[in-house]
Amino acid sequence: MPLPLKYNFRNVRVRWRSTLSTILGIALVVSVFVLLRALARGIETTNSNTGDPRNILVVRKGSQAESGSMVSREQFRTLRYFDEVARNEQGEPVISAELVLIISVPRGTGVGEANTLIRGVTPSGQELRPQVKLVKGRWFRRGKREMIVSERLAGRFTGFEIGGTIKAGLDRLTVVGHFDARSSAFDNEAWMDADEARSIFDRDQYSSILLRPRDQAAADAIIKRIEVDKRLGLRAEHEVDYYSKQTMTAMPFKYLAAILGAAMSIGAVFAAMNTMYASVAARTREVGTLRVLGYSRRSIVFGFLIEGTLLAILGGLLGSILSLAVYAYVVVRKVQFGTMDWQSFAETVFQFRVTPDLMLTGIAFAAIIGLAGSFLPALRAARLPVISALKSL
Amino acid sequence: MGNPDVVTIRELSKVYRQGEINVTALNRISLDIQAGEFLTLMGPSGSGKSTLLHIIAGVDRPTSGECRVQGIDVARLSESELADWRNQNVGFVFQTFNLIPVLTAFENVELPLLLTRLRGKQRRQQVDTTLELVGLADRKHHLPKQLSGGQEQRVAIARALVTDPTLIVADEPTGNLDSHSAQEVLGILQALSRNAAKTVIMVTHDPKAAAFGSRTIHLEKGELVA
Repeated sequence: MPLPLKYNFRNVRVRWRSTLSTILGIALVVSVFVLLRALARGIETTNSNTGDPRNILVVRKGSQAESGSMVSREQFRTLRYFDEVARNEQGEPVISAELVLIISVPRGTGVGEANTLIRGVTPSGQELRPQVKLVKGRWFRRGKREMIVSERLAGRFTGFEIGGTIKAGLDRLTVVGHFDARSSAFDNEAWMDADEARSIFDRDQYSSILLRPRDQAAADAIIKRIEVDKRLGLRAEHEVDYYSKQTMTAMPFKYLAAILGAAMSIGAVFAAMNTMYASVAARTREVGTLRVLGYSRRSIVFGFLIEGTLLAILGGLLGSILSLAVYAYVVVRKVQFGTMDWQSFAETVFQFRVTPDLMLTGIAFAAIIGLAGSFLPALRAARLPVISALKSL
Repeated sequence: MGNPDVVTIRELSKVYRQGEINVTALNRISLDIQAGEFLTLMGPSGSGKSTLLHIIAGVDRPTSGECRVQGIDVARLSESELADWRNQNVGFVFQTFNLIPVLTAFENVELPLLLTRLRGKQRRQQVDTTLELVGLADRKHHLPKQLSGGQEQRVAIARALVTDPTLIVADEPTGNLDSHSAQEVLGILQALSRNAAKTVIMVTHDPKAAAFGSRTIHLEKGELVA
């Protein structure tokens, strides 16, 4: 029979001075852990939020990202006449050959430059991505040295304001509009006319092709046809699958969360252990009395494990609330985060997200810290010889 | 013919190892304690009286000899069997009360009952009855620090009684009390022996406290002297 839970609750409360520092320590570890995971989650959400499930993206075989892919005009022409490609009201195939390049743009802070993705798109490209909406200014015109940029990027770089110009390739481009891509990966891009892009950057080839099949059966057929046709040397997959695989950007945050979480949790385990050892030492006679009354060694171990875990869960709750407070501040102040995309080497802008499941993970992480930290003190308490425990002051 | 023996001790010895030296705490003691008896154990410090009490109560184990309580050789029980046996058969009263500071008087008394199969309502009734018996029904929601020394010891007696054990063992129960509170506590232990037929074994240094018992035995250097 375990000790009553109120015994553990009240002991945590009674020793509030010694337990408070441990709770705060664990809270700090959990908040750092949750926030780092939230950064990684933000990037992953951006990628998983991108694409239309009906679209197929085609890149060169072996290419992991559009920026490292090359598709010739001949390959584009071949794909354009595939029967499986859907047609719009004008009878034109819904397919867009696109050029994805990196340009260096001065940061808004005035210090240094950062890489930004610029995408050359065709009118079909706009049709294939209805989530991209113009929020300010106008769309770029075909055949003009104009571009539109995401509203998120506009706040981070100089020259991205409407009317602003930036140097791109052999000429300068004028910003004529801002768009919103509903927190998708397109929010990290600037768009211009595909043919103008090939001209200004002196490129003969495209980077990728985006197309809309007639239906699901046609989509499967296209993917298979491109896969088996060795002459094409291309790879096709659903657009949403492509973006959901672009998880490498989140990796540094995941590794950082794992490394920092592990390092800090070791410290937190020792803090919890210290508190629990002190608690056992202060309650030696209590333990002796409980044993005399008939409580088994197992009950004593269980009681101290519950107490240590309870302490840590309180820390976990506090840490999660702290991270939620940081998240609330970020949302209210519209703070944006940017990092390097390790696949395209361009700036990725994202909004980190503290979600309920991340908070629960943080609390579970804290509970593990508490269990680990209270294990040895609990064993010590259970192994105390009853008579000497009773004689303890 | 007197009451049956509750405790039968034969050739009981206890030897402690202190570094390189063996210290004999009890030397071949034989003793019978009858049901309903209020036995007081007296003797100078280190005479072995507390060791004898602990062995009878199943808190310590003898080096040799036999200690049977209601026919059970306590030393042969395993650690967990001994814990259950103590819970069902022995009530403890300590010199320093040993109440759990974070629990109320009621909760302290309830602690041994949590190990039994009694349901919540039965448990509460039993705790209330026992607290009434020691005159503390109106203090049941008080924490130990809100009680006087005498009241704390009465709660401890209630905790010892609540499982209706065969044996009540008390180690210097009046050692930390003023004379008035000591009289009250001794009066309760005496009444338990006389009116409830409980077997009470009490260790004390105080001859006035020992006078409350029905029999007193003296120990010296681990041996019975009278």
